[in-house]
Amino acid sequence: MTPLIEAAGLTKHFAVQTGGLLRRHSIPLRAVDDVAIRVQTGETLGLVGESGCGKSTLGRLLIRLIPPTAGNIIFDGADITLLNPRELREKRRSMQIIFQDPYGALNPRMSVEDIIMEPLLIHGARANAESRRQVAAMLELVGLPARVRDRFPHEFSGGQRQRIGIARALVLHPKFVVCDEPVSALDVSVQAQIVNLLQDLQGEMGLTYLFIAHDLGVVKHISNRVAVMYLGKIVETADKRTLYANPLHPYTQALIAAVPAAHPSQRSRSRRGRERLAGDIPSALHPPSGCRFHTRCPHVMPVCREQEPRVTQPAPGHQVACHLIG
Amino acid sequence: MPLLEVSNLTTAFQTSRGEITAVEDVSFSLNEGEILGIVGESGSGKSVTALTIMGLLPQPPARVAAGEVRFGSDVLTRLSDTRMQRIRGPGIAMVFQEPMTSLNPVFTIGEQVMETLRAHERLSQKAVYARALEMLEKVGIPSAARRMGDYPHQLSGGQRQRVMLAIALACRPRLLIADEPTTALDVTIQAQILDLMMDLRDEFGMAIIVITHNMGVVAETADRVLVMYAGRIVEEAPVARLFDKPLHPYTRGLLECVPSLDQDHERLVAIPGTLPDPARRPAGCRYVSRCRYAIPACTAAIPPLATYDANHTAACIRVPELT
Repeated sequence: MTPLIEAAGLTKHFAVQTGGLLRRHSIPLRAVDDVAIRVQTGETLGLVGESGCGKSTLGRLLIRLIPPTAGNIIFDGADITLLNPRELREKRRSMQIIFQDPYGALNPRMSVEDIIMEPLLIHGARANAESRRQVAAMLELVGLPARVRDRFPHEFSGGQRQRIGIARALVLHPKFVVCDEPVSALDVSVQAQIVNLLQDLQGEMGLTYLFIAHDLGVVKHISNRVAVMYLGKIVETADKRTLYANPLHPYTQALIAAVPAAHPSQRSRSRRGRERLAGDIPSALHPPSGCRFHTRCPHVMPVCREQEPRVTQPAPGHQVACHLIG
Repeated sequence: MPLLEVSNLTTAFQTSRGEITAVEDVSFSLNEGEILGIVGESGSGKSVTALTIMGLLPQPPARVAAGEVRFGSDVLTRLSDTRMQRIRGPGIAMVFQEPMTSLNPVFTIGEQVMETLRAHERLSQKAVYARALEMLEKVGIPSAARRMGDYPHQLSGGQRQRVMLAIALACRPRLLIADEPTTALDVTIQAQILDLMMDLRDEFGMAIIVITHNMGVVAETADRVLVMYAGRIVEEAPVARLFDKPLHPYTRGLLECVPSLDQDHERLVAIPGTLPDPARRPAGCRYVSRCRYAIPACTAAIPPLATYDANHTAACIRVPELT
């Protein structure tokens, strides 16, 4: 089955100015480095990792919100890194994004109707009764009453604003939606509402999701497969049950071990010595040599400091980049 | 005698829409060395409770409308700011959620730890420096001596939170209040900070109030838990009991809506709706608009906290028939 999105050699470096006044020069911030990723039609691929791992950048690259430094991205049969602006715009109908910050993602000076209608107008529709009908249909789909169309973002709670953001992302009936930490800024009870909504909409509209998050529990719930990123690299990918039951990469193991207990009887301090990660996440400006995880890895070997591990596939559908394996 | 005793505390704020009660009729006590978790979503009143205890709310617009806070033999709510200053530091200390905004960006971290020591203890310059260095080492700052001269922006989020803990514990307080201490941190760093807090508790023996919206943090750290909703306490229990047998529908909702790693769910059980507007709260139970068990009697009056078992209280009139 051909994947909906397939990217290889995907790299994004941001040039960062440094050196103070006298020795000003730029060094690359390797946000995403030589990443291969594939998302199947209809699935939800979860993408987890901590600060600076590049997951948001990867999400934006896949829908060409930012241009890659290298690599290609095949979306629905076409390499979107090679399209001209007109062709890209046409493709944009099929790929959309929901952002993390419900307060920053909506223009405070646009009414709800204007916000949700904007994508339609950008793609050639007129601001007529048909468009208004489509906006009303989206509002209903995301669980907001039609009468809110004339209100402004500041009149809504975080969860409601996120619903508006979802309506905006889906009004063009895209095929692929990047959900960039869509629930991280919300209270837990509201998180559950929005997660349920995203799942329902996926079924009703036949959507494919890239679900970016740092909350492993939410990712496990909504995803089919999960990819783990660390400092610009994907270190492990597997279907969710396998990843959580049998994580192979030491970083994945540490992430899972770091999740707070679900019950006081599972207090993890007794597990502390074995699986706790020491130290801080290195800077993406100066990533460690060889395997980027080696500075925190409890199983580090000499080769890890020198050579980047290749991605291997120890079992069908389970990829991992680690010298301990393969 | 308990270390901290909060009795019928009500804190209100003067706003453009009239006076709003952020904390209402809150009572609890804490013994030496105990860890109390206060859990609830944003707007539940947990932070305001902590700030009232610390005397950190500017009055006006805030005021303690009723009740009192006792710490040892002092009634904090009646103390002057000068006297309260002497309690903050060696008596009660606090760490906050956003370490970047809680640390002064123009002073070195060493200076900020030393400032606390100078404010609350009588020590020589050398002793102040030595204690500050010792604290930074205790909280796990690598190369602490060199980093005494670093500024907050040179540290990572996790390191800044460690510095916050160093400042809070420099004067060996008897009570530490940690307000969402790990919320802004990455999960592997969260785990380090929670471990560190527990290690420091083992070493210094202080009591801790952990304020969080994350039930996992409570599961990891607390001995007892208070659940707050819309300014009031809705449930209190020893931690294992709270997880095993939550009585209040809100507590049950909180526990059910979080997907755990070891279970599969078709759909998450979400709590519908949102917190009521604090200026327009219902006369009866405040949870009524979101509660799947609500009946007309729930709107009549605010349900009192009733005791159901050893140390387990809940404020819901339907508990006996629902559990």
